[in-house]
Order: sequence, then C-alpha cells, then structure tokens
Amino acid sequence: MNYNWNWGIFLEASPDGTGSYLYTLFLGTRWTIAVSLTAWVAALVMGGVVGTLTTLPRRGWAMLGDAYIEFFRNIPLLVQMFLWFFVVPEIVPEVIGTWMKQTPNSSFWTAVVALAFFTSTRVAVQFRAGILSQARGQMMAAQALGMNMTQSYCYVILPMAFRIILPPLTSEFMNILKNSSVAMAVGLMELTAQTRAMQEFSFQVFEAFTVSTIIYIVINMVIVFGMRRLERWLAVPGFSIDRASEADLRGGA
Amino acid sequence: MFGNFDFQAIVRGWHALIFEGLAFTLEVTFLAMIGGTILGTVFAMMRLSSTKPLAWFAGAYVNLLRSVPLVMVIFWFYFMAPYIGAWIIGAERPVQVGAFASALITFILFEACYYCEIMRAGIQSIPAGQANAGYALGFSYWQLMRLVILPQAFRNMLPVLLTQTIVLFQDVSLVYIISLPDFVTIASKIAQRDNRLVEMYLFVAVVYFALCLALSYVVRRLRARLTIIR
Amino acid sequence: MEKDEKTGEKAPPMILLDKVGKFYGNFRVLSECSTQVAKGEVVVVCGPSGSGKSTLIKCVNGLEPFQEGEILVNGVSVGAASTDLPKLRSHVGMVFQNFELFPHMTILENLTIAQTKVIKRDKAEAEQRAAELLHRVGLHIHATRYPGQLSGGQQQRVAIARALAMDPICMLFDEPTSALDPEMISEVLDVMTELAQDGMTMMCVTHEMGFAKRVAHRVAFIDQGQIVEDVSKDEFFDHPRSERAAQFLSRILHH
Repeated sequence: MNYNWNWGIFLEASPDGTGSYLYTLFLGTRWTIAVSLTAWVAALVMGGVVGTLTTLPRRGWAMLGDAYIEFFRNIPLLVQMFLWFFVVPEIVPEVIGTWMKQTPNSSFWTAVVALAFFTSTRVAVQFRAGILSQARGQMMAAQALGMNMTQSYCYVILPMAFRIILPPLTSEFMNILKNSSVAMAVGLMELTAQTRAMQEFSFQVFEAFTVSTIIYIVINMVIVFGMRRLERWLAVPGFSIDRASEADLRGGA
Repeated sequence: MFGNFDFQAIVRGWHALIFEGLAFTLEVTFLAMIGGTILGTVFAMMRLSSTKPLAWFAGAYVNLLRSVPLVMVIFWFYFMAPYIGAWIIGAERPVQVGAFASALITFILFEACYYCEIMRAGIQSIPAGQANAGYALGFSYWQLMRLVILPQAFRNMLPVLLTQTIVLFQDVSLVYIISLPDFVTIASKIAQRDNRLVEMYLFVAVVYFALCLALSYVVRRLRARLTIIR
Repeated sequence: MEKDEKTGEKAPPMILLDKVGKFYGNFRVLSECSTQVAKGEVVVVCGPSGSGKSTLIKCVNGLEPFQEGEILVNGVSVGAASTDLPKLRSHVGMVFQNFELFPHMTILENLTIAQTKVIKRDKAEAEQRAAELLHRVGLHIHATRYPGQLSGGQQQRVAIARALAMDPICMLFDEPTSALDPEMISEVLDVMTELAQDGMTMMCVTHEMGFAKRVAHRVAFIDQGQIVEDVSKDEFFDHPRSERAAQFLSRILHH
C-alpha cells in the first residue's frame, strides 16, 4: 500500500482561501457546536412539553403528543432535512417561502429545526418514562395537598422526572452532536463537510478523517463530563435512581 | 400550494424508486441486521469475557464507533476500503469495492456496536443461577451460551433489537452522501432531473413513515406478547 | 370523656358517604358504601386486603373518581362537576401508605410548598407553621435534610406534619403504617394518637387494631367492596355481628 502520509498538510493553505486546513476544520467545528447546542436546547423544551402532554389524563392531548412522536421519529433525519429545506418553502404561502429561502444561513436553521424535531421525539419518550416511573403516588400526594394539575407537574413531577432521565438525556445530547453531521447534505459546512472538502482538495484522506474523528471524540467527552457535573449538581441527597426504580418495582408487584 | 403537485412524476419514476432504490435500502438493512446481530453478539460475549485483551478490544471498538457520527464512519470505510482491499490482495493501487459491498460492510461493522450493547444487556439480564445450573449439568462455555444463555437473551431483547433495526433502516439513507443508489439517492436524482423536488421528497417521506410505523407497531405487539408470556 | 360527648352531637357530619359505588371498567370495586364521620370523631376502616378500603378513602377527597352515590365533605359534594377539587383537597389532609414525600425537596420545603403555592401564605409564615409542626412530631432537627436521608417512620411523621401544615378540617390516613418496619410503627401511631386526642376528625384505613381500640370511636368493616359493619368500637371488638368480621378479627388478633 503506497499512501503518502503528510501530517504537515494541516498547516498548508486550503484552496477556498480562508486559511490553513486546520483553520477550516476549526470553522467546521464551530458550526457543529452551534448547530448541536441550539438544536439541543430546542429539543429539550419541545421534548419536555410533548412528553408531558402524553401523560395527561385528557385523551386528546395524549393522542396529539403520540401523533407528534410517531410523525417525527418515523422519517429519517436526512429526509426531514430535505423536507424542511426543499419542500416546506414550496408549500407554504409564497411570502413565507421566499423569506425562508432568503434567510441568511438557511442551511444552519434547516439543520437546527430538523434536528430539534427529530431529537425532541426521543427526549419526549424519555420524559414520559421519567414521569410514569414516579407511579401515581406522587401525583396523588400533590393533589391531596390541593395542587392543581399544573402545580403538581411544575413543583413535584417534572423536577424529579428531569433528574431521573438525565443519564439517558446525556446519550441523546451525544446523538445530536453526531447527527449534526447530516446537515452537510443541505450544504452546511460543519466539521464532517469540512473534512470531506479537505480530503477532496488535498487527497490526504487519513490525516483529515483522523483529526476530525478526534475532534468529535473530544467534544463527546466534554458533553459526558458536563452532564456528569450537572447530574452531581442536581443530585438529591439520600435518593438514588436505582432506589427509585426498585421502589417502582415493589409498587408494581 | 399543492396546485401544481405533479403526481405523474412519481408514477414515471415508480420502477426505479421501488425496485432499485427501496430494494437496495431494504437489502442492505436486512443483511446488515443479520450480520450486525451476529457480530454484535460476538462482541458482547467478548466484552463480558474474562480474557482481558478480548474484553478490552471489543470495548474500545464499540466505544470508538459509538462516539463518531455515522456519516464520518461511512466516509472512513468508503475511503479506506480500497486501500485495505489493495493491502489484502497485495495490489499496487487501491482497488474498487462495489457500492453494495461497501455499504453492507460499513453498516454491519457500525450497527454491530449498537447490537452489541443490546445483547450485552440481554446476557446480563439472565440470572447467574442459569449459568450455574448449566455448568452443573456439565455444559461447556459454548454449549452454555448456545443452549441456555443466548436463546433467552435473544428472546428478551427481540423488541429492542427490532427497534434498533428501524433505526438502521433509517440510517441507510445516509449513503446518499457517497451517492450509493439507495431510495433517497435515486429519488433525489429523479427530483433533480425532472425538477420535481416537492413530489419526490414527500413521496420518500411517506414511504419511510409508513414502513417505520408498521414496523414499530409490530415491535409493540411483540413487546406486549413477550410481557404476557413472562 | 370528651370524645363520647362529641359522638353524641347532632351536628352535620364532617364526612358523609351515601351509597357510594365504583367500577373499574365492568369490575365493581365498591357498592353502596354509606358511612359518616362527625366532627372530632375518629373512624377506623378495616378489612381484608383487596376489599376496597384504600379505594374508598381515596374517593373521599376525589383522588379516585366514583360513579354512584354521593360524598359530602363539610357539606361540599366531592363528585359534583362544579366542585373546585384542589380547593376542597387543600382543607383535607391525607397521609399515604408510601409517605409520598417529594424527594427533591428538603423536609422544610415539603412542608411549605403547598402552603405557599396553594393557600398563598407568605414564606415566613409558612416556615413558622412548618417549624411548629416539625417540633410537634419531633423532627425539627431534620428540617434541612432530604426525605431519602430519613427512616420510614420519620418520613411518615413528616408526611403527617405536611398534611397538618395546611390546617385541615379533617385527616385521611391510607394504611399509614403498613409500609413500615415493625419497630417504626409505634412512633407513627403515637403521633396519630396524639392528634386524635386533640380532637382532629380522622378517617383511618389501618390494620392496627391496638390503635383502633385505643382511639377510635367507630369501626367500619369493609369486605368485597361493601361496608359490612359500621358500629361503635366496643361493639365491633366485643360482639362483631357478621361472620366475616369475626373471622377477620380472630385472624388479625390471634397471631
């Protein structure tokens, strides 16, 4: 195998004139982080709302939540990006469609919206599980104290549900980071796209992909570390999640 | 809005869409599911093995691939395969690997990591008493695994394995980025040729939605049945 | 002495159940349950497991919906669509089998949350009331700890204090001691006994026949969703009228 290794390539200027190849990878990393973080915040909020809806005693709300989840998780992310990018601007009223097409960074916003909807279904499923894991007892206790539905959810059910689902949320956060690479299909020059561009221009396949793989792993580690800190910060003394599920099992028996 | 929706665009592309594109996607999904499950089970046994290097290797492999985007992995294998192929047969220049084989190898190696974690959870969910009972009957490790542990683990995890397969089915669409002729790629080619993006992408979305919904319904039924039996 | 006078009073009952019936789908859980609890009265509800006693007491504050009959608490109909259930519940204290303290809040916060959010007391007043009640159940030193750091018996005493913090007009107890280790039962029963002696109106689902003998005025025996016996305490223990109650008593007392 005659492959010419050349690690010095990163310091050479990239043909698009922005700077060295290393700098283009840095620009890509910035987009990747921007897309992932924005979409993550949106997915958390949307998933929290939808997950809560599915647990409400009103059948209408629950069905609406279920329909949302089924819709946005049964279409591949790539296809959803195409829908937001190519299809939605064409089928909405023309004024809005034109605005959507002319918005600066439209591929960035497309990626954020698609990732947020796609990931929010998974967040919603986690929220639902977190809420239901608290059995009916907590809800009854809150109501027995005279709290209405909104108060019971805000003060009692959701704060605990959020803590219980933090570990699975960590892996959803990592998923959004990984899935952000799909945005290259709608033209966003994020990390994977920049890596691909570097490979195309420089032919140094392995150097380019090795470095960006390492960048992804490092960001992953930062996420894991950050979420662990959050978990510890929110930890409730004397309460462990294992014990909660154990109590759940006993309650169910 | 839908005034100029051209249903004919779909009818015209029908044959290529279904019998080339969707067929490619389904074939890769099906074969990668089988290959991924087998390889994943092997990895799971390695991760749980008491032989340290085996456990370490499988753990490192699985964790590495799980922290890298699939798009990146697809590129890795796409660019690496010709070099590895050349290395294996001792050729001077990189050899071309077919689109289908390239996609299949990528998805088997990638999804094996996820199937591995599922099977590992499945094996660990079998009480230690089962292994003790098996050894007490004089089974070897392989007999124990084949006759006692794996069938139970597999059965318990079947719904989760199938759910992962739905994810795999959606993931195959990502071969679009290296232009392999899957459902999405074919649709996008027709879309660009006929300038019918709205029709094509809506059609693709509807087909995916219908198939995934049907599959997830099957999974839910299966889960309900397994809970009753248990 | 005081108690006997109270049972004799002819004031309208605090809790009135009139032919209450409940179904889960086609399955009948309760049928024609009628009883009442006068102001200051302590009524113990007992019966074999699965008899529907827990369901019955949850109907009293509307945590479980019921399909037949009527329940009045202090003259307010629980089942009526127009009733503001949260408001009604804020006057009715309830203690659960599994304590149901809120695990992410300190003991003090558990006692103040409903005071500040539901009956809109200001924070200082709520904390003052909470501190008094924690003193009363002997747990004021644990105010800043979390439920998970307390024993079961301590948690249940906090749960009682939490209910009392709302200044309830009556208290409902749903098997308050059955999730406790034996050595912790008496600390909870002591708090309940004290409460009864202070004149609190109480409806208690419990198996603790010692407690019933000590403080109850009346005992209602429930079996297969029906109130089989609803008599004074002495009558229940000395001359149970029904076969089933007699059987239940002999099983629960002689072991």
